Amino acid sequence: MTIGRFVAGAALLAVTMATTGCLGKDSPTDSGQNADAKEFSLTIAANSISGGKNAAGADWIEKYVIPKFIEDQRAKGRTAKVTFQPSGASDEDYKSKIALDLRSGSGADIYSIDGIWVGEFADAGYIKPLDDVVGKDKVDAWDGWKQIPPSVQGNMSYEGKRFGVPSGTDGRVIYFNKKLFADAGLPTTWQPTSWDDIISAAQTIKSRLPGVTPIQLNAGTAMGEATTMQGALPLLVGAGQEIWSGGKWQGNTQAVRDMLGLYERVYSAGLGDNVLQQDAKGRDKSFQAFAEGRMAILLEGDYFWRGVVEPQKGIAKMADRNDKVGYAKIPAIRPSAGIRGQSFVSMSGGGGHVLNPASKFKQQAWELLQFMNGKDATVAQLAGAARITQRQDVNNEVLAGDPMLSFVAKEVLPLTAYRPGFAVYPRVSQALQQATLDVVGGTKTADAAAAYAKAVETIVGADKVAN
Amino acid sequence: MMLVVKRILTYVVMGVGTAFFALPVLWLLSAPLDDTPTYAVRPPRTFSLDNFASIMDNRYAVASLVNSTILSLGTMVLVVSAAALAAYALSRARVPGRDALIYLLLLLSSVVTGTAAMVPIFLLIFQLGLIDSHFGVILVLTGGLLPAAIFLLKDFIDTIPPSFEESARVFGASPLQILRQIVVPVARPGLATIAVWTVVQVWGSFLTPFILLRDPDKQPAAVLVRTFYTEGGSPNLGLIAAFSLLYSIPVVLMYLLAWSRYGFRFHGGIKT
Amino acid sequence: MIGVFLVFPGLWTLYIGATNFRLTGVSAREPDFVGLDNFERALTDQTFYHSLWLTLIFVFGSAVVGQNGLGFTLAWALRDARKWIRRTLEALVLLAWILPSSVVAFLWIAMLDRDGGTINALLGTVPGIAWTVEYPLLSIIVFNIWRGTAFSMMLYSAALSSIPPSHLETARLAGSSGTQTLRDVVFPHIKRHALTNTLLITLWTFNDFTPFLITASDYDAEIIATFIYNKAIVGGEMGYSGAISLLVLLMNLLLALVYLRVARRRLA
Repeated sequence: MTIGRFVAGAALLAVTMATTGCLGKDSPTDSGQNADAKEFSLTIAANSISGGKNAAGADWIEKYVIPKFIEDQRAKGRTAKVTFQPSGASDEDYKSKIALDLRSGSGADIYSIDGIWVGEFADAGYIKPLDDVVGKDKVDAWDGWKQIPPSVQGNMSYEGKRFGVPSGTDGRVIYFNKKLFADAGLPTTWQPTSWDDIISAAQTIKSRLPGVTPIQLNAGTAMGEATTMQGALPLLVGAGQEIWSGGKWQGNTQAVRDMLGLYERVYSAGLGDNVLQQDAKGRDKSFQAFAEGRMAILLEGDYFWRGVVEPQKGIAKMADRNDKVGYAKIPAIRPSAGIRGQSFVSMSGGGGHVLNPASKFKQQAWELLQFMNGKDATVAQLAGAARITQRQDVNNEVLAGDPMLSFVAKEVLPLTAYRPGFAVYPRVSQALQQATLDVVGGTKTADAAAAYAKAVETIVGADKVAN
Repeated sequence: MMLVVKRILTYVVMGVGTAFFALPVLWLLSAPLDDTPTYAVRPPRTFSLDNFASIMDNRYAVASLVNSTILSLGTMVLVVSAAALAAYALSRARVPGRDALIYLLLLLSSVVTGTAAMVPIFLLIFQLGLIDSHFGVILVLTGGLLPAAIFLLKDFIDTIPPSFEESARVFGASPLQILRQIVVPVARPGLATIAVWTVVQVWGSFLTPFILLRDPDKQPAAVLVRTFYTEGGSPNLGLIAAFSLLYSIPVVLMYLLAWSRYGFRFHGGIKT
Repeated sequence: MIGVFLVFPGLWTLYIGATNFRLTGVSAREPDFVGLDNFERALTDQTFYHSLWLTLIFVFGSAVVGQNGLGFTLAWALRDARKWIRRTLEALVLLAWILPSSVVAFLWIAMLDRDGGTINALLGTVPGIAWTVEYPLLSIIVFNIWRGTAFSMMLYSAALSSIPPSHLETARLAGSSGTQTLRDVVFPHIKRHALTNTLLITLWTFNDFTPFLITASDYDAEIIATFIYNKAIVGGEMGYSGAISLLVLLMNLLLALVYLRVARRRLA
């Protein structure tokens, strides 16, 4: 029958295509291609869209970067055509989409990606070091690198090579509701110096303010990466270990047990809301609870200040944010017990822009990328709002008006750490989330840590786990 | 007496049914009008139409509804016509194992609509040069929906006694005439069912258009509704709720129209 | 067309199930053929059986019994209801079906929420019950009945409308009761549709990912679609998720055979 024959043919074709390289591919890069073109067209793709997700970022590209760059090029006698390709999806969906573009050797010339994806994309051959794409001399010639701290550059690097230009970063702190603290008789200029300090403040709130959840320490798989980034990892660095270092992942180590131990202290003593951690919208609800004064302490990134409780446009607005919301550095388990012997710790993330190795106009794309990360463009990107940018010169100018963000830029960023950008990281992160969920559900720390270590061994192999 | 009991029973079923289906939708009425919506159904604390104003300001909003309409109608036409032909042929042909074949296709379609098929679908459409075209999306969606449509429609066509067609054939009708004048009118509720079903499936489909389209002016509403989140991944509940209302209205209207015009079998003309 | 856009990508996906292909990372560059490793991994995983069992309960409760039963009841009850009542209720049922899944998740969280949820407000429970956490499976079963009944209702009303009115008239004149009419006239007429409907909604419910948005990754509601998400999508493991797709496909085939068996025995 014809259908049968077709099926067989299609199957054969599928196997041939898959084996001959449609699933895996690698293409050479020619950095000099079209370097002298008088007319060229470029496309920028980002996970931001006017009127939706990261609307400010989209407006910046469309209303500032593109017209200014075209003007700039016209002055040099070149005709540039630049288009913007917005998206507005979850990070995972956006990642899939651009991975498919890059794999097929098509797509935009400049992509905005999360720093954590650099390693996976590089391993897959989707992106290449800037030196390979545009030439080492051209890359080194950019004066903007001097303004970007090495730790921030590291967020867009992999195995010591720069793959793109970072476009800002963030830092995690402990937020607390000053009014609730005052009501409970606690200092409104609070800065805990150990985990015991946090627990004792939470206990005070529990005993004096019934109906208020003392502390929100993200836990469980429902919150996904928010559990890892705003819970497990900041505590882990506070216990003196990064999740991956020296070729090994943390297994059933003292630091992991310390981290889970804090979860046990919070959630077995009713200092946190156990049920909320399993709620599909637990994180959003914790924001609402904090904004409504039903939650006292919360560990979050500076995004919480800029995007959640922000008085005008936040998703859980607090009209009196500046008076009510206090913030403090995250302490290590004990003074000097954090990574690098620090007494305070943080975790950071952030994205940046990479060049598509298949771009037809690599030199021009690199020029555009430099333009986007120049001082003027970076200032314009903020559009009056405060946010921590990649450039020190800009941060010094614009953050002065926002005490919280200059606090993060000056006091938190020097202490911070970044996640390892490996393809297996999301699964290790998931194992961490599961371990915290176990503890919230009543499992003892030692058992949860052992189960976690076992899970990590099956993910990365027993030889790559430190116990 | 029986009649009264029956009537009461009917009303009870309908009352409970209405409550069950209406309750969850209440949030959709309260949240868009609220300045600071939460996960609770409550009268708006600060009544505001800002959410609707923001949606109207969104330059993709109206276009996305148009795009959704293009995609769903395009897919619907393809699915309904292809399914009608295929189901008729399969219903009348004496091929051994045809039911099994349709069912296998149906199973395969469930694989193709899943996430795992993303890579093959993308590369296929890429090779065909149909990235960033509505037509490519329509083709992929049609491929995924067709088996179920055939499967559904075949039951309706099976109920048409072949004697109808034979008598038509005696009067010299061509196969296409038979299809149009006898099969289509009788299978009309079935056709309406798969038409509505197709529209609904396409209207809500996210992954295929998201992966295959590039130009934001071409994206359908189901993709746009995912953009109302913050950089931290938290939803902007007000905008989502307001847009969802606008999003649902065209489909409900389409359904009511299609159903009242085509949903019922035309019994008058045929003696059974 | 079916060949190009269905069979071809479908088989390709199943082939990917035999590799360690991922969307990113080293194995995106050079995927290895791993044969049956993915299947072995799934079949030796205790949590796979756990979620398979939950899926069966979920499918049986929400689709086979819930959507089928409620869909038919509504179609039957609305048959000769007043037009505006019929249209209103139909529009409501339809609304549940057409809203995008992300929005539907918000609606049901507002419904089942512990603190401000509609159900708790109606029942007056203080402190509120966190339905999605304490009764996750029940929550998603009820949810899925709400979500998917529209299709069954539509199919059954189409099927009912294709019963020649003369048959019903004859039954009425012969003085048969409501149940008798249902059994003797209506049921034989729609049995094929019932079988088709059951097969379809079973398949769709198996693959439905929306419950995940309501219960997140609650272990007691980890149905297969959620399992695939947690185990394969989070880590970008296309190969593994392709393999599980094939297992799900085989399971559906098995269920279809069971249905056919039952249908033959009961309806022949």
